[in-house]
Amino acid sequence: MHDNEHHHEESFISKYIFSLDHKMIGKQFLIYGLLMFFIGGGLALLFRWQLAYPDQPLPVIGASQQYLDEGEVVTGADRMWERIYESDKEEWLETNMPSGVITPEFYNMLFTMHATIMVFFVVVPILVGAFGNFLIPLMIGTRDMAFPILNMLSFWLAVLAAIVMAIGFFVPGGHAAAGWTGYAPLSADPQWTGVEWGQNLWAISLLIQGFSSLVGSINYITTIINMRAPGMTLFRMPLVIWSLFIVAILLLLAFPVLSSALALLIFDRLAGTTFFSATAEGGGDPLLWQHLFWFFGHPEVYILILPGMGIASELIAVFSRKPIFGYRSMVYAMIAIAFLGWIVWGHHMFQSGMRPGLGSIFMTTTMLIAVPSAIKTFNWLGTMFRGSIRFTTPMLHGIAFVSMFVIGGLSGIYMANTPVDIFIHDTYYIVAHIHYVVFGGSLFAIFGGIIFWFPKMYGRYMNDALSKIHFWLTFIAFNCTFFPMHILGVGGHMRRISNPQQYEFLQGFEGMNIFITMSAFTLGFAQLILVFNFFWSMYKGKVAEQNPWQVNTLEWEAPTPVPHGNFGQIPTVYRGPYEYSVPGEESDWIPQAQPEHAPATSGD
Amino acid sequence: MLQWLPENVSTYGQGVDNLFYAIYYLTLIVFILVMGTLIVFLIKYRHQEGKRADYIEGSTTLEIVWTAATTVIVFVLAMFSYPQWNNIKSPTQFPENPDVVVQVSGKQFNWDMTYPGPDNEFGTDDDLELENELHVPVNAVVHIRLTSVDVIHSFFVPQLRLKQDALPNRFIEVWFEATKAGRYEIPCAELCGFGHSGMLGYLNVHAQADYDAWVQERWPQ
Ligand code: HEM
Ligand SMILES: [Cu+2]
Ligand SMILES: [Cu+2]
Repeated sequence: MHDNEHHHEESFISKYIFSLDHKMIGKQFLIYGLLMFFIGGGLALLFRWQLAYPDQPLPVIGASQQYLDEGEVVTGADRMWERIYESDKEEWLETNMPSGVITPEFYNMLFTMHATIMVFFVVVPILVGAFGNFLIPLMIGTRDMAFPILNMLSFWLAVLAAIVMAIGFFVPGGHAAAGWTGYAPLSADPQWTGVEWGQNLWAISLLIQGFSSLVGSINYITTIINMRAPGMTLFRMPLVIWSLFIVAILLLLAFPVLSSALALLIFDRLAGTTFFSATAEGGGDPLLWQHLFWFFGHPEVYILILPGMGIASELIAVFSRKPIFGYRSMVYAMIAIAFLGWIVWGHHMFQSGMRPGLGSIFMTTTMLIAVPSAIKTFNWLGTMFRGSIRFTTPMLHGIAFVSMFVIGGLSGIYMANTPVDIFIHDTYYIVAHIHYVVFGGSLFAIFGGIIFWFPKMYGRYMNDALSKIHFWLTFIAFNCTFFPMHILGVGGHMRRISNPQQYEFLQGFEGMNIFITMSAFTLGFAQLILVFNFFWSMYKGKVAEQNPWQVNTLEWEAPTPVPHGNFGQIPTVYRGPYEYSVPGEESDWIPQAQPEHAPATSGD
Repeated sequence: MLQWLPENVSTYGQGVDNLFYAIYYLTLIVFILVMGTLIVFLIKYRHQEGKRADYIEGSTTLEIVWTAATTVIVFVLAMFSYPQWNNIKSPTQFPENPDVVVQVSGKQFNWDMTYPGPDNEFGTDDDLELENELHVPVNAVVHIRLTSVDVIHSFFVPQLRLKQDALPNRFIEVWFEATKAGRYEIPCAELCGFGHSGMLGYLNVHAQADYDAWVQERWPQ
């Protein structure tokens, strides 16, 4: 076992920092994603405050009413503001939130960066970077990724992208403030926003992040195609591997489109070109940006959900102790989504001024893409049908995933319907939809996945009581936060406005906005439990056996903690991944690597 | 939930609302069925000592049934939507001979309204420019030439069920016929800079006589 011995000689740096081991890189991505999750979430809480209490100072760091009215220093925060106002330097806090009141410029920057960070620095790095890296070699039965050095590069490029993105907060003019969608000409010319290098750094950071994804996806595709264990045919792969495989292909094809668009945007901003600005002389077109962005963007939203679907499928099959209902149709549905995903981007542009005839065509294709989503939902139900359901915490997350995804999918139908979309486009209805699919969907899958694979990653269980509290708090607070947003949308409440009270027709929504903000703070608080639990359990959690959930797939064949090189001897695969409760067998699970007719081994 | 919709005051708004309601009931039923099934399954098939799961790999018939059923439903929905959409957005299908034509131009952070005046031509001396105030008669076909001088804005009148982005260097035609006099807000619905929140115009729908008086006042004859 050369690999194992080598493992012990590694220095701290090559083991924990510049690691080439797919498992370590996966964990690095996971911690990276969780850290960014806190930054992104914090930004959201800041702007939620503004929406509930427009133009009132933030709690804790905002100045007191006495200080605002009479200049009388009462609280510690007042003292801080006093010091800031007396210094000659233009301080960051003073520019962005004088006395703790969020300026409209800062507000725009907050929601722009919230979405940018959540999409590009949290959900994709965790789903693809963390789960992709950790699971692919283990679940297909190989020792590592095809290109370990590229793999390391992928992580460090992501770190570089995060650093560049972080710098943007502190440059003069502030960070990007044109929305995560960066619509031109707003994003293309500093004169419209006053944002100078912030937007440039935004674009450069996403370019770097694009390279990181590209490198990662090439690696995943190569590994899955070439390095599967003997007997691991494509249709014996677990669905989560299928989903990551398809996502890698989508990333490979979609990200270059965004990268080109970003490059053109940088030219527009720095080199005086006019690709996206519609000056009479220039001859560019703002809609070009939207087409490029959404041609990338719609596949991107499926990149955000497909691995979540994969993870949920694993959880539901394992804890229902049943094969996946319609395994092949699950695979075909994902492939259908991946194909159709390329021809629906126009549904983001129904009201953009695109030809109305095109709107009808995109409505048709978008309605079509609801079909595979429905198929998947029915198959998850079918998997639970006549099962023997264990309500473990990961399973609770799997069930939450399905129910939240149903709501998100159904709300998609409203928006796919062009006449209805006229009204709800650019309202909170869209915000509700996004969060039901990405938070309710992907994030619940992520949480479930973390708890499920934690024993393999760190050799210990996460504390179950804490996990359950986290789950229920998150589930309730999530719905209280985002469900009412459908109602705001039906009322016509626009997204991306900093002060709804400026509008007569939105006066009735003040209470609802306050309720949403309260729920959002609860939701944010609940995530602290998860992170505490995560780091605490890493060192103090109950030690886990090799296969604590009695799962068939190969990652559980590897010893815990998984050594460098994963398996002593590469396993041979004899069957599909979901052989649970096979009639006539004594045990209700038969590992993929177990030879025919040998008796099942117990969990350790 | 849909009682939160603002009052509808346009001729085509009812059609939009009908679709909205149809989808609402459709999705509500689907939601209740799916969630109901889920909950029943969770209770009925929870783990019980001594009971094993049934080994079921799937059912091709069921796959075909639900694939076909959802496809049919979404297509029927789409069929009902095309005419509504074209009616509102396709310039070739607008009611001809509008009673009023106005150019609305977004500009950080106002709506500039331009009336062509009695000669019905833009760019002539009798044009009238108003900031953030749009005046139209009730029960009359209004054509709007939508544009922008800087970034993208979006012309949104919730009570008309009308929303359309305004783009620089492009003139996009939209129309409406208001059915009730009143003063309605015209928020901007597309992020357009730091003043986006609060970018707000007003649509004043007048009774015909009031509108005539308003015209008379602007262009005395
Ligand atoms: C049943 C399937 C779905 C349908 C029919 C659907 C439909 C739509 C439509 C029509 C829009 C544009 C609405 C507008 O701007 O007026 C939209 C926006 C969006 N959808 Fe979906 N969607 C579906 C599933 C998903 C999934 C699975 C995800 C991601 C995980 C997703 C993420 C998003 C996001 C992020 C936006 C908003 C982007 C933005 O404007 O900021 N959707 N969806
Ligand atoms: Cu989309
Ligand atoms: Cu605006």
